[in-house]
Amino acid sequence: MRAAETLVKAGLRPVVLDEGFKAGGQIYRQPPVPDGREPEDLYGSEAEKACALHETFERIRPNIDYRPRTLVWNVIGDSVDYYDESADVAGRLQASHLILATGATDRTLPLPGWTLPGVYSLGGAQISLKAHHSLIGQEVVFVGTGPLLYLVSLQYAKAGADVKAVVETASWSNQLRHASGLAHLPSAAVRGVGFMLSLRRMGVPIYRGAHAIRFEGESDCGLTAVSFESGGRSHRLSCIAAAMGFGVRSEWQLAELAGAQLSWSDIQQQWVPDLTDHVRASVDGLYLAGDGAGVCGADAAEVRGELAGFALLQDLGHSVDASRRQVLEKSLKKQWRARAALDRMYPVPMHLLDELADDTLVCRCEAIAAGEIRHVLVRPGAEDVNRAKAFSRAGMGRCQGRMCALNVQAIVERAKEQGPQAIGWQRTQPPIKPVPMAAMADAYVPDPEGTRE
Amino acid sequence: MMDLDRTPLQSGYDVAVIGGGTAGCSTALFLARAGLSVVLFERHQCGSQASGVNYGGVRQHGRHRAEIPLSIRARTIWDELPDLIGHDCEFDASGHVKLARTQDDMGELEAWARVARDFGLEVDLVTGNQLRDRFDYLGSSLAGASIMPQDGQANPRLVAPHFARAAERAGADVREGVDVAAAEREGTNFRIELGDGRTAFADVLVNTAGAWGYEVAASFGESVAEAPLSPNMLVTEPLPYRVKCSFGMCGGDIYARQIPRGNVIFGGGTRAITDFEKNRTRPRTSSSQLATRNLIHAMPFLAEARIIRSWSGIDGLMPDKIPVVGPSSTTAGLFHAFGFSGHGFQLGPAIGAVLGDLILDGRTDTSIEELSITRFTQDGAGVRTTSNQLNPSEQGE
Amino acid sequence: MPGRLHHLQNPLPGKTVEFLINGRKVAGREGDSLLTAILTNHKAVRQSEFGDGLRAGFCFMGACQDCWVELSDGSKVRACTTLLEEGTHVSLPELKL
Ligand SMILES: Cc1cc2nc3c(=O)[nH]c(=O)nc-3n(C[C@H](O)[C@H](O)[C@H](O)COP(=O)(O)OP(=O)(O)OC[C@H]3O[C@@H](n4cnc5c(N)ncnc54)[C@H](O)[C@@H]3O)c2cc1C
Ligand SMILES: Cc1cc2nc3c(=O)[nH]c(=O)nc-3n(C[C@H](O)[C@H](O)[C@H](O)COP(=O)(O)OP(=O)(O)OC[C@H]3O[C@@H](n4cnc5c(N)ncnc54)[C@H](O)[C@@H]3O)c2cc1C
Ligand code: FES
Repeated sequence: MRAAETLVKAGLRPVVLDEGFKAGGQIYRQPPVPDGREPEDLYGSEAEKACALHETFERIRPNIDYRPRTLVWNVIGDSVDYYDESADVAGRLQASHLILATGATDRTLPLPGWTLPGVYSLGGAQISLKAHHSLIGQEVVFVGTGPLLYLVSLQYAKAGADVKAVVETASWSNQLRHASGLAHLPSAAVRGVGFMLSLRRMGVPIYRGAHAIRFEGESDCGLTAVSFESGGRSHRLSCIAAAMGFGVRSEWQLAELAGAQLSWSDIQQQWVPDLTDHVRASVDGLYLAGDGAGVCGADAAEVRGELAGFALLQDLGHSVDASRRQVLEKSLKKQWRARAALDRMYPVPMHLLDELADDTLVCRCEAIAAGEIRHVLVRPGAEDVNRAKAFSRAGMGRCQGRMCALNVQAIVERAKEQGPQAIGWQRTQPPIKPVPMAAMADAYVPDPEGTRE
Repeated sequence: MMDLDRTPLQSGYDVAVIGGGTAGCSTALFLARAGLSVVLFERHQCGSQASGVNYGGVRQHGRHRAEIPLSIRARTIWDELPDLIGHDCEFDASGHVKLARTQDDMGELEAWARVARDFGLEVDLVTGNQLRDRFDYLGSSLAGASIMPQDGQANPRLVAPHFARAAERAGADVREGVDVAAAEREGTNFRIELGDGRTAFADVLVNTAGAWGYEVAASFGESVAEAPLSPNMLVTEPLPYRVKCSFGMCGGDIYARQIPRGNVIFGGGTRAITDFEKNRTRPRTSSSQLATRNLIHAMPFLAEARIIRSWSGIDGLMPDKIPVVGPSSTTAGLFHAFGFSGHGFQLGPAIGAVLGDLILDGRTDTSIEELSITRFTQDGAGVRTTSNQLNPSEQGE
Repeated sequence: MPGRLHHLQNPLPGKTVEFLINGRKVAGREGDSLLTAILTNHKAVRQSEFGDGLRAGFCFMGACQDCWVELSDGSKVRACTTLLEEGTHVSLPELKL
């Protein structure tokens, strides 16, 4: 949205395609229908930013070609293939310049029972509350790591849910050791401590350094308890709902289709697109902004959006406000440093995969268990993550590896005793999300010479 | 992405195979089983190119008559996979139905059935009404079909890798991640320069380099016009298991099958976007749209389904749309099997058997004369090619 | 059958939207996604195709593809990105319990 605003200010009229019902993206998501809650209820301490962003959107709306509920499912060269869900039609746009700001989704781990009804992603739990004013259950256990874990737990507690516990995989000592990195962004540190204190005040236990986490229940009725070990003791908490989240992962599938190069980020523990000047991808005319190009959070996303707008304008020959850009770049650098501290405080607990049992499902869509992946590494002998996928089907389902690819990769790394570079990422092909055949068929325009591409 | 293969090579091999697709891996297996020392060089991984990404059609149906004997031999081997390579590769003799949109198409199918029956193949011809009685999900505008009950489908992602592993168990030296940079005849030997700087020697050289087969042939003075061919493939989300045969349209513009897990795999068009230099393909949206449209026309219930992925791959297309199989026309000890023109997956297992015959016995009972490279390299090239142009257009099924 | 999700009452809920689960009339709220509306009335949305039991959605944001539900006419929609409409009729697995 900040990118679009920057372009509008320069007199351009961008097309804005967004899968959501309403503008706002993930963090500043708006209820589809106003339900009487105030911005403070919805966005807490971020209410001001949320309102500012929503107001910006209303202001620029006459000057953009806005297409909500529109999935972009392919990018190739100058062409952008989309599916408009509300009209149920597919189509294609041509664009000389493309800014992708595709955001992030929950980082998951294959924990026993994570496919049971009643287990939701942390982001999902928050959307349920924010957008639909409902709790994923009355009694909830929150499992995972990172600031969002505490934020959502607190939001639930305040909304009247019985938050049985916050089960954090990072150890307290690890959090303290790296907390000094937050000196670059003291406000984030203060907020984080505030969440924890409030949870304590509300009587919500926080367990740290948790492992051996399992979601218990029957596959034909759902979750009944969460069990785990922490502080040398075993715990078992009855509940009918749990949320899990281990940070977020960049949604770069479109960037990859558009030709962006990816590199492994040790600190983020995921593949991220290569960037120069903060926002330029390795292809001319392609700009990547926000968490889709490496996770740095909401405030940084606004900065990165504006910077992407500037870069594009510059490539079009417009002059841009150099001092404003300097301010943005400086602020962004600060945010990256703070993010690195957070990434160190709350690392993705990949060590939990060391104890991953063969019968635990890894790929939700195709119901492929860890043992099936390990098996194809031996026979017929997969060496990398795409091979492991080709032989085992892990990552071949409706979500196309969005939920499991990093975990499949980690399983292959462990079995082959190789690092991410050797094991690789699950490559993207269109469509990045399911597209109805009828709409696809209707979109056909005769193209005897193949000139459309 | 892979570590270079560093274990030392033998000082010499009986046979070196260039290319680890189905053709190359089956060749390595048959020769190793016969006791020869075999090395196979695969630039990427066995079955990572056309052999691993194809539609998975195991069809004799509709083939050019020059390919039929090879295809029949392959079909018997498909039944033997569990014994031969220790895995069935999900081969299912589900039957193959070739649909006719018009009476003209029907005429073509009838003409092909007469040829096939000469080879002893069983072909059923059915009218439009009979077709819908048997397959209630088909659209109403079809004129009829021909059916070959013994044809089927398999999982292409598994076939070449399992042939490769079986070849290894039989003693073959399978080198993945090793590129052959050049090869030449040196005395009674072949001298093979590898991309990593090493050199290998072999008495016999087999060129199963797929779409790159022409490069190997050219270095022995056999210049052929092989072009890249990229069929467009798509797959749907899992749906209730209903389409139990493999289907193809007369003319080849659409083909579809469903696996028991529920996904419908289909293809159509051969103009995926291809960067041959970088060995990259991307499905072409217009081809995907047209294939989807044609498929919905043939199977209207699929209008409700969703596509979850599309892809392509690169096969080698010969000018007459049939492969080159047999001895070199210039160099003793060199054998070719490449340019399968979009339908070499079914043939793959027979390539090893037939090249095995030729290398071990100097002859084969399987008639492959019309597939000889001499049709392109000798004077009057093309004249010897059969004039039977029945249905040579299927590409990627 | 009680649901899984729990609608909050404060501030006062918006308009009621009636829809059907397996022929039974149930109520959702204006602004609900179909997934929310289903899960406030029912405990699961589909059976996994591969025999590993029931699913009830996961991400609520159109990412995981776990919430495709069948409508009574046999067509399917992704429930978390579909707005509840009056009269929608979904076919859901009936649970033991
Ligand atoms: C019969 C069949 C059914 C399929 N069904 C599904 C499905 O249900 N769901 C789904 O998501 N996908 C399915 N696929 C697609 C599959 O996951 C890959 O997308 C496809 O095999 C080709 O990869 P790609 O073109 O997407 O290439 P990319 O994934 O972009 O990768 C291209 C690179 O990967 C390598 N590569 C591709 N395939 C292999 C392989 N088999 N072994 C080693 N390396 C390989 C190639 O060498 C190439 O360098 C199916 C494929 C086949 C053949
Ligand atoms: C999308 C698609 C769908 C298809 N559908 C069907 C179908 O349904 N039924 C059917 O029968 N056929 C089908 N085909 C055709 C079939 O896949 C191919 O004809 C067959 O797999 C060819 O096998 P191959 O071993 O010759 O080639 P490949 O599998 O391409 O193997 C050749 C190998 O040689 C290697 N290589 C090349 N040069 C060198 C070198 N210099 N050094 C080292 N290695 C080298 C390559 O890396 C490659 O792995 C389809 C093809 C495609 C692309
Ligand atoms: S719940 Fe994940 S896509 Fe709907």
